[in-house]
Amino acid sequence: MSEIENKTEHGSMDGAKECAAGDPKNDTGLGLGVIFFILAFLICFLSGWLLFPKLLYSKHEQPFNFDHALHVQETGDCESCHFLREDGTFSGIPKTESCLDCHTDEPMGETEDEAIFAAEYVAKQREVPWYVYAKQPDCVYFSHAAHIKAAGMDCVTCHGHIGESTSSRPYEENRLTGYSRDIWGNNIWGITKNPWDSMKMDDCAVCHEKETGHKGYCFQCHK
Amino acid sequence: MQDKKAHKFGMVIDLDKCTGCGSCTVSCMAENNIPFKEDESDKKDSITWMRVYKLTNGKSFPDTQTAYLPRPCQHCGGKGDHGHSPCVSVCPATATDYGYDTGIVSQIYTRCFGCRYCMVSCPYHARYFNWWDPVWPEGMEKYLSPNVSPRMRGVVEKCSFCYHRYQLAREQAYYNETDEIPEDAYQTACTTACPAGAIIFGDLNNPSHRVHQIVKPDPHPDPLNHDVVGKSRNPKVFRLLERLGTNPKVYYMSEKEWIRKVGDSYLDGEWDKMKNHHGSASHD
Repeated sequence: MSEIENKTEHGSMDGAKECAAGDPKNDTGLGLGVIFFILAFLICFLSGWLLFPKLLYSKHEQPFNFDHALHVQETGDCESCHFLREDGTFSGIPKTESCLDCHTDEPMGETEDEAIFAAEYVAKQREVPWYVYAKQPDCVYFSHAAHIKAAGMDCVTCHGHIGESTSSRPYEENRLTGYSRDIWGNNIWGITKNPWDSMKMDDCAVCHEKETGHKGYCFQCHK
Repeated sequence: MQDKKAHKFGMVIDLDKCTGCGSCTVSCMAENNIPFKEDESDKKDSITWMRVYKLTNGKSFPDTQTAYLPRPCQHCGGKGDHGHSPCVSVCPATATDYGYDTGIVSQIYTRCFGCRYCMVSCPYHARYFNWWDPVWPEGMEKYLSPNVSPRMRGVVEKCSFCYHRYQLAREQAYYNETDEIPEDAYQTACTTACPAGAIIFGDLNNPSHRVHQIVKPDPHPDPLNHDVVGKSRNPKVFRLLERLGTNPKVYYMSEKEWIRKVGDSYLDGEWDKMKNHHGSASHD
């Protein structure tokens, strides 16, 4: 008998054994397989949707806590600190200098946060390295003037009720892209109820299409 | 789209004034965060949104003449000026599109995946590929303009007519609550840098702008070739490869006939026929 024939014979015999022994055992094998599949699916699914977002974002605490509600109460509105400059650009995060319109290097209140601000930033004449929740990627151009002046929108429409917050939540940064979590939004499914739940290109496009009838050309929002 | 009527930004370059000094190229690179290479003479690697070409009339001394031709992106309107620019119509990623409100061919660098089809389709070689990530000497990155996003390896880039300056001009207009963008509020970096004043930039749709007054664009299609729209009614003004129907928004101007002839490829005797059709007199 040649080697090949030997192998074929063994091969066919193995096959026959499996077939003969397989019938009663196969059912439990299938059942186990299904359970294994469901378990594996659940593990992968849950880790993908629950664990992965936790791993994807790193948390940073702000340099110190900022009480928006208190400041709105004292100054009256958002524009006292976040205003359009005369050339149409937006001031965004105020410089320490504009805080000094009211503050001095002596704390006005008794909070620990203000003490940090006065000692670390006012006294040392430094800017506060705030993490900006709404910071868009570098390639994005956004005109506050267009939305405030031309479209007549108010801050709350896009930024939500941030003026009512009394504490600064941690800033979450996407480890892969370096973008703020607010861009994608907290909901990993991408479901949003309010405009401020996410700030992706599609979110801009949806509103632009509704309000202006056109999504806009590349350079309208890119630079 | 906030603007009531569409702009059509364009440029006229007076080749008789251009000295080939290269200020436009330098200012463009500084303005638009264009990375420079260790060996800028390697034209396969170097990126020049605004490139100056040397033209000669091919005659020997004492009849030899030289001119320089700065070439930004031509911001083609495409056949019939409907916005089907060569590059825009081939982009599989929709990373480049035609702004009907400005006539500017715009681009999202982060959307481009680097297939370089647009570079192949561009008849003017105005597009450049980033073979490497940009690197600036230490400390020099502080001089980068925050208004222009630097490009990364693997994407195509090109002249944007300094669109960020338009964005700034428009923000100012929004602040002043007007639709008008004055001619001097939006000028490209090369225009403002040219020491000879050879580059003139403005809105081709606005009769009060200098470009419109010089070019006098014909609103009707060319009777010989219906794809060509916006042909200049100034006999001294021409566009590059005009008969392709790409409808560039960059016009060139020269008194010299041989320079105007270099703007396109002509068969033997074809130029004389074309010339007679235009009725343009020889100035040589």
